[in-house]
Amino acid sequence: MKKTKTIKTIKVDISKCNGCRACEVICSSFHATPKYSSNNPERSRIRVTREPLRDVYVPVYAGEYTVAECAGRDKYIIDGKEYDECAFCRASCPSRDLFKEPDSGLPLKCDMCEGEDEPLCVKWCHADALIYEEREVAVDTAEELEGEVEVGLESLINRHGIEKVADIVAQISKDSKR
Amino acid sequence: MRYAETGFNLEIDLSRGNIEKVATDPRDTELYLGGLGTNTKILWDRVPPETKPFSPDNLLIFGTGLLCGTPATGCNRTIVSTISPQSELMAFSMMGGFWAPELKYAGYDKVVLRGKSPDLVYLWINNDKVEIRDASHLRGKGAIETAELIKQELNEPKAQVAAIGMAGENRVYYASIEQGRSSASRGGIGAVMGDKGVKAIVVRGTNDINVAQPAEYMELCSEVLDYIKKRESNPIPGVMPILAGLGSPQEMKVHDEKWHTENFMWGNSRVRKRDYWNEEIEKDWTETMEKARTRLVSCFNCPMECGATISMPGLPTYMMKCFTKLTYTMGAFSDLDFGLRIAQKATEYGVDGFSAPQVMAFALELLENGILTDKDFPDMPEDSEGRFFYLLDKIVRREGIGDVLANGTHWAAKEIGNGAEAYAHNNIKKTEQLPLKLSMLNPVYFLMYSTGEKINITQIEGQFPQAPFATKEEREAFVSDWIQVPDEKFKQILLDWEFRGDNSNPYYPTVEMSCDIVDWQETMHYIDDALGQCAGLSSFPLKPPYHIHNYPKFISAGAGIDMDKDKLTQAAKRYRTLVRAVNISRGMRRKDEKPPENHWKKRFPELEEQLLDGYYKFKGWNKDGIPTEESLHELGLGYVSDAFIERGILTEGEDASV
Repeated sequence: MKKTKTIKTIKVDISKCNGCRACEVICSSFHATPKYSSNNPERSRIRVTREPLRDVYVPVYAGEYTVAECAGRDKYIIDGKEYDECAFCRASCPSRDLFKEPDSGLPLKCDMCEGEDEPLCVKWCHADALIYEEREVAVDTAEELEGEVEVGLESLINRHGIEKVADIVAQISKDSKR
Repeated sequence: MRYAETGFNLEIDLSRGNIEKVATDPRDTELYLGGLGTNTKILWDRVPPETKPFSPDNLLIFGTGLLCGTPATGCNRTIVSTISPQSELMAFSMMGGFWAPELKYAGYDKVVLRGKSPDLVYLWINNDKVEIRDASHLRGKGAIETAELIKQELNEPKAQVAAIGMAGENRVYYASIEQGRSSASRGGIGAVMGDKGVKAIVVRGTNDINVAQPAEYMELCSEVLDYIKKRESNPIPGVMPILAGLGSPQEMKVHDEKWHTENFMWGNSRVRKRDYWNEEIEKDWTETMEKARTRLVSCFNCPMECGATISMPGLPTYMMKCFTKLTYTMGAFSDLDFGLRIAQKATEYGVDGFSAPQVMAFALELLENGILTDKDFPDMPEDSEGRFFYLLDKIVRREGIGDVLANGTHWAAKEIGNGAEAYAHNNIKKTEQLPLKLSMLNPVYFLMYSTGEKINITQIEGQFPQAPFATKEEREAFVSDWIQVPDEKFKQILLDWEFRGDNSNPYYPTVEMSCDIVDWQETMHYIDDALGQCAGLSSFPLKPPYHIHNYPKFISAGAGIDMDKDKLTQAAKRYRTLVRAVNISRGMRRKDEKPPENHWKKRFPELEEQLLDGYYKFKGWNKDGIPTEESLHELGLGYVSDAFIERGILTEGEDASV
């Protein structure tokens, strides 16, 4: 069975970023509870690495949580300009303190400001360094579902151990038979 | 729970190495808002008039604005208050950048420094952990260089650093405090920081800032952002390019410098070059700027991009904004290439871009006129550019004649004597002014120059057009969407204002109108300075997004203080009067309230007296510029009145009209 799904993209043009960090302000404000009640860039799901003297401006928005860091790290040199280690990586990763709640350490992940017309970081970026785009792609639903379950279970196993997950699956299936 | 502010100040006694986190009184926020307002209250309460600028008892206060750290666009200013070594009055210079919000996120509204550190130190404020650290290895280092070195040694790339350069360390009276793309430059506050033995204040914060009514506050913020977009795509016709849009004057963006180079004065504010600008120069300067400018940059949470990163070949990168682009160039009768090169050094040394070039041009004028001689300038190069570099080095090191010049033109002229005082001709209250000499007295500007206590015209002017529009149609178009006016009468004043005839300068706007206009302009600046809002989105440009009609809502929804237009106007008047009270207690009087004598060619002594009389009365000050007992009590400043009576500044029961 074929279906379409929406791919949401934030196009990041680092040549246009002026380093103002409005994206961090509005992101953390939107995700506060209650909504807009506080702000704190440290809780933002988009962060700007900003080093004006080296002309480095890299807005990165938070991606997936990872339990283990990569086997090796990367460092990009673009047009002769050297960027920091893992500068473009979106992961909330043990190798760094990016994309973690400052108090609990829980991982942060961009949700594209669900419920809004466009992510608010994009709306607040008057420099047009962040541009939002949507496109439809065809997906095989059966495959997608299987893939999703596998990825989901794997991350649960990574986090809690296979025994605990198996126990709980057994418990749930017992409960549902009742 | 406190909203918008944190409710805590950091009190640091440098003599004893003592650090305290002190809860503040929310009633003070209601009365004096924050930033400048509460800074002034602290200065009034704790720094008596006998205290000298370089006394350990002088305070150096880094105050964030009330709304800094909230999502309000452009609200990022640090207001630095102390007693100025240059004017010996209250200095309150300010800086944008990223420092104030970071301090809020660290959990503090202000850093209050007192005493003197025996050794050069820097302060490291990392949320609740605050340390005084050795800075002996940073002595003599540039301000930008210092910031980079500290971030490296702390391994804190996200920390924000406010630092002084060599000028501050050596107590140059016009030393600045530099912070990335911003600086607090006026009044020699960098010298006070150097005197206290503090090389830098480094901040990192990861806490929340709350607002009282989240949905309402966000609605206000969104309206401002939308308005900025609209206003930027509809520049105001009929005014010069730098006044057409929002932001600080967009000196980094705009290449056309015809207006500044032909209307502002060159050298020691002396020479006007009426036909200076031509195609060749424009091409040359545009090329210089475009090659040097890596990127236009903004302050925290602001889209305006008023600053730029500048990399001149062979020199370290630095950041610049606004009029420093031209002050060195014009002071030395040189070109933009020179201007951008020397500004790099001046930024690292940390000096005020208004005063420093003027002091150097003043020194060269004294040499030209035989008041100083070649002996005073050993081994000085022949060319103007070389001389400026030479003098800058001498000044920041306080070597030879540099030691005298480091005190600014007023004090240097006094010390040099022999007629030198006539060359320190462009000062107000002992402080160098923009190099501007004009023809016909403008009554509004006369009052602003005379009575402004930030002693910088750009920090009191704004809102009201600087000159009348030529045609009736233009005037009508301008007032048609002028929502910022506090009262409809301002529209009529502008509609009737003409270049020639009865309704032109100097007698129009009339004394009464001039008082209203100046009061409106000044009030908006003072509100900005308490909220931490950059004047570039508020009090400085025409038709800004922030104004007297939406500010009360911002304060209500943001800080949770019940506010309306009248209450806000009254609060601004309260701490504005308190600023004056500090200065009055330090001896400032009517005699000090005057523009440079040659600022206008056509002067009108009688009218000027009427203007000053009218404005003093309007403000509730007596004929000598002292706030009256009655007006002080009206503002809840009875304690000032009592102090004035006790010190013999006012007489009890004195008639307000005297």
